[in-house]
Amino acid sequence: MISFVNVSKRYPDGFEALKNVAFTIHPGELVLLTGHSGAGKSTMLKLIAAIERPTYGSIMVSDQNINALKKNAIPFLRRSLGLIFQDQKILYDRTVFANVMLPLQIRSFEKKTAAGRVRAALDKVGLLGKENAYPVTLSGGEKQRLCIARAVVHRPSILIADEPTANLDVDYAQSIMEVFRSFHQVGVTVLIATHDTSLLNDTRYRTLTLNQGKLVV
Amino acid sequence: MNSWLSQHWQALSQTLRQLVNTPLSSLLSIVVIGIAFSLPLGIYTLLGNLQTISEDVVKMPQLSLFLKLNATQADIENINSQLEEFPSIASFQFISKEIALQQLQQESGLADIASNLISNPLPDAFIINTQQISPDDLENIRTTIKKWPEIAHVQVDTDWARRLDALLRLGQLAVLMLAVLLSFALIIVVFNTIRLQILTKRDEIEVSKLIGATDSYIQRPFLYFGAIQGIAGAAAAWFFIALSIQTINESLIELTQLYATDFHLSHLSLQDSLSLLVFSALLGWLGARLSVAQHLSHIEPE
Repeated sequence: MISFVNVSKRYPDGFEALKNVAFTIHPGELVLLTGHSGAGKSTMLKLIAAIERPTYGSIMVSDQNINALKKNAIPFLRRSLGLIFQDQKILYDRTVFANVMLPLQIRSFEKKTAAGRVRAALDKVGLLGKENAYPVTLSGGEKQRLCIARAVVHRPSILIADEPTANLDVDYAQSIMEVFRSFHQVGVTVLIATHDTSLLNDTRYRTLTLNQGKLVV
Repeated sequence: MNSWLSQHWQALSQTLRQLVNTPLSSLLSIVVIGIAFSLPLGIYTLLGNLQTISEDVVKMPQLSLFLKLNATQADIENINSQLEEFPSIASFQFISKEIALQQLQQESGLADIASNLISNPLPDAFIINTQQISPDDLENIRTTIKKWPEIAHVQVDTDWARRLDALLRLGQLAVLMLAVLLSFALIIVVFNTIRLQILTKRDEIEVSKLIGATDSYIQRPFLYFGAIQGIAGAAAAWFFIALSIQTINESLIELTQLYATDFHLSHLSLQDSLSLLVFSALLGWLGARLSVAQHLSHIEPE
């Protein structure tokens, strides 16, 4: 569960990215977050992962109050999330396999179990044949799949994606979306920030719209 | 416990990989630390060697007792019996003026002078080895004996050794100061290496933080790296010193054969070597710790 109560975020330069935002995402829901660029989508996702702190209001993520979270508790909050970043944050000095291994490595998983999980995650996004490839050799869509595999390999209960279909053609975007749907079907809470209208036309899912930092009802 | 161990093993193997992957820079900083450490270490080893000599001499204090030139045979016997009863004297030996002259004539270079003498200018003498006593007690013996009749002069032969000993202690203080100074150098070298490493691993650190790595997880490989660099540097210094001692000993053989002694330099003791490794590991760790505290907190995901 993710809930925002009267959350505002003002950056040190005075820019107010979020104004009095309140909503609740229930466990197992798939929610799309949309809005023009600069509307505050990324800020909202950063607040959930405690990359940024709110100026006002309170944020609850899986029964943890993010405002009250101590610095040394943040890693453990992030471990319960699967994060897909707009700028991907792939490490180019290691193979696809090693990139996906990272979240398990920091939890000191036993090697064999970890390798099995990494292959399962790569299989799910259709990258199993590329585990020994280096990220530079991947296409844009494949890189995006790599990010998804890395975000889900530790089986998080909440999956958060920032513009996962940016710069991808429609077919690719649809297949990426299909991957998210499959996680949603097994009970994962999914929050996707996007301005891709082809995804937004799917009326099965709730859509939150931001406009200049305010939630449009 | 198992996962704790595996985390440390993971950090250690990551560190070793890092060392192997950047062989030149690793080697350079290790050699720099090695050279910096071999200076105080070398002086320390030399002082230690000299000290064993001076300590041996100081442990067996020796007095020379010169009789007046006009001392008679009766006087000599009198002193002889008095010395036999004297406490804290281990042994003594009488050297008559005739024997002293003979010895002088045998000394190369002095033979000419000795043969030109008209009469024997040398006094009768006793050489006394005392038991192991303090310098103060030795001084007491000297003043007591000096008051006896027919004694011209009493000389403590081991005074030079005591002076050498005192000088060596001063040297040790200098080595200590040098070691402290160069320990700072080691900390700075490690600090800087770790700083560069953190800069090159910026992306990895950022991603690790984002996926929930704890600070201690991120720090661990750097701390290991610092400690290993310290140990490797100390081992390099030890190797330099061992090599130097070996070389010096080989050339000493010729010299000592000429002087008919078997003097040679001994290596650092096992205990000293181990303390050196532990100490430099701690210094390396400290350098890394400071660097990590300074630089890691600046890398926050955006």
